[in-house]
Amino acid sequence: MRAGDRQNGTVAVEVEGLSKSFAGRMVVRNLSMRVLRGQIYGFLGPNGSGKTTTLRMLCGLLTPDGGTGRALGYDILTERDRIKRHVGYMTQRFSLYQDLSIQENLEFVARIYGLASPEQEAKAAVERLGLVGREHQLAGALSGGWKQRLALGACILPKPELLLLDEPTAGVDPKARREFWAEIHKLAAEGMTVLVSTHYMDEAERCHEIAYIAYGELLAQGTIPKVIENSHLKTYTVSGPDLQSLANRLLGIPGIDMVAPFGASLHVAGRDASALDAAVARFRDERELSWTLSSPSLEDVFIDLMSRSQDNFR
Amino acid sequence: MMLTRTRAMFIKEFVQLRRDRLTFATMIFIPVVQLLLFGYAINTTPRHLPTAVLVHEDSDLGRSILAALSNTSYFKVTRLARSEAEMDHWIRSGEVLFGVEIPAGFERSVRRGDRPALLVVADASDPVASGTALGALEGVVRTALTRDRGLPETAEQSAAFEIRQHRRYNPAAVTSLNIVPGLLGTILTMTMLIFTALSVTREVERGTMESLLAMPIEPIEIMLGKIAPYVAIGFIQAALIIALGIILFEVPVVGSLPLLAALSTLFIATNLSIGYTFSTVAQNQLQAIQMSFMFFLPNILLSGFMFPFAGMPRWAQWVGEMLPLTHYIRIVRGIMLKGATLYDVHGEALALLGLMLLAMTLAVRRFRRTLD
Repeated sequence: MRAGDRQNGTVAVEVEGLSKSFAGRMVVRNLSMRVLRGQIYGFLGPNGSGKTTTLRMLCGLLTPDGGTGRALGYDILTERDRIKRHVGYMTQRFSLYQDLSIQENLEFVARIYGLASPEQEAKAAVERLGLVGREHQLAGALSGGWKQRLALGACILPKPELLLLDEPTAGVDPKARREFWAEIHKLAAEGMTVLVSTHYMDEAERCHEIAYIAYGELLAQGTIPKVIENSHLKTYTVSGPDLQSLANRLLGIPGIDMVAPFGASLHVAGRDASALDAAVARFRDERELSWTLSSPSLEDVFIDLMSRSQDNFR
Repeated sequence: MMLTRTRAMFIKEFVQLRRDRLTFATMIFIPVVQLLLFGYAINTTPRHLPTAVLVHEDSDLGRSILAALSNTSYFKVTRLARSEAEMDHWIRSGEVLFGVEIPAGFERSVRRGDRPALLVVADASDPVASGTALGALEGVVRTALTRDRGLPETAEQSAAFEIRQHRRYNPAAVTSLNIVPGLLGTILTMTMLIFTALSVTREVERGTMESLLAMPIEPIEIMLGKIAPYVAIGFIQAALIIALGIILFEVPVVGSLPLLAALSTLFIATNLSIGYTFSTVAQNQLQAIQMSFMFFLPNILLSGFMFPFAGMPRWAQWVGEMLPLTHYIRIVRGIMLKGATLYDVHGEALALLGLMLLAMTLAVRRFRRTLD
């Protein structure tokens, strides 16, 4: 079953009950998920939520304490050597050689993966990256955005089937971020599966599916509309003068679970629709405020999920 | 200059120092252990030096000469040679420092008053080791002989036989002849250890290890790939030292230069492997340097480079045998000064090979393949 499944299967990553703890602290608990081939799967969650640990377990850099899983059909516990050949892992911190040039870094990767003509492959990658003329510059001298592009270029050089990107756009300017995502979509269209962790909500919306993880637990997953729907969050958008004092007045009222400023308006959300309506009713009389029912944004949902799981955590 | 800021720095440094347990431990451990180790091990007037004996006749006089030799406490008969060739081999290989040959018909010649010669061959390549014993040789043997035979000590008796000393390899006791081969090994040890000791910890500290581990490369491939370039560098270094030794210090190369080159390469690879092993154990570059240093010191003091190996107590000799420099110094002195062949030094070569393989095995096993 395995070989056939690997070749023709539509599932790229499937893990069941994955757990990992460091020095007695649970970093990932009982995590299960499934990523289809050719998908861009977004991994969201606050700092220290276990995103990096999960990605590392998928590419064989960490051994799970419990659970099972397959990446590209290979067992993540016993077939790490095979996984490494077909998975590209881009680390959060730039981890190419700062004292090697762009060309030399790419050649090194090409040789490790046993590509037929490393020099040619590296040259082609330099052209793809738009770094022609700078190939002899040391990698350490590149700006943040270019380092990320080079790291991605090195990752996809051996043509992996699965790409794991750990916060690839942290600290990168918006233009470079946009180009980065355009590249990722192109790769996915060509059949590569991409698992990408991020903090940015706008990046989440560029993913086909997302998973939200906090305190090591996977709290929601699916397409964005589905995640929003499953949150059962009802949201009002309110605008008017002096929103800061309004926010202070709204906070703490039973039925209102979240108040968040959103440009020139506030998002007021609650899990219990009728309780929220009752709470909001009191403010409806205030003439200068205008209330409209809106659908919750992804950020509303995540902040709500996080506050809920924080409660569980304590 | 502000005292509060200096104080802030002082407190921060102290906290960091306290957190680095290994550094803290080595600060206490190094001086105590090293002092005890070397204080007890080093002895510049060595006794019980290994001696080979070639006896052509089994006589009372011969036996009492051997007993007298042992009684001086400078000589210890460790080998009984069956031929001159065998005795030469042991001296060339460094197995023994002295060879005593009692010729055929020795006792009869003494009785006849022919003043026969008792041949004592000394390996003078290390003048410190052999000097004292040779100085003590004549007088002590003669008094012991006189006492044993119950003969009156007359002028005639004192000339009953002649001790013919043969200082081989470095008859004029030129220090540089002995020091240059030792320095060759010492310099190589120091530089090679540091080269590789930093190699893995550097990757960890710079964060490149995370990428490397996610790539399809085996620990043994990483190790060999990291060691190989430094073998070439070490080879150049060795060639330079040997060339300077020949040109400036007029150290001869009596034996085969290709053999010296081949075994030097083996020695270089052994040290690189040991340095690499430290690198897989150490958590940061500072620790790797500390380990190299802790390893380097006994290499200098217990290898026979600075102090005579034969003069050390047995336990210290065992420690010495575990160090590559000990074997390499025997090889280099053997080939350069004594014209030793591969047969003479094959034991030392095998020891180096064994140490290298041991280090490599440890390194590959210790290498952390995951970030767990």
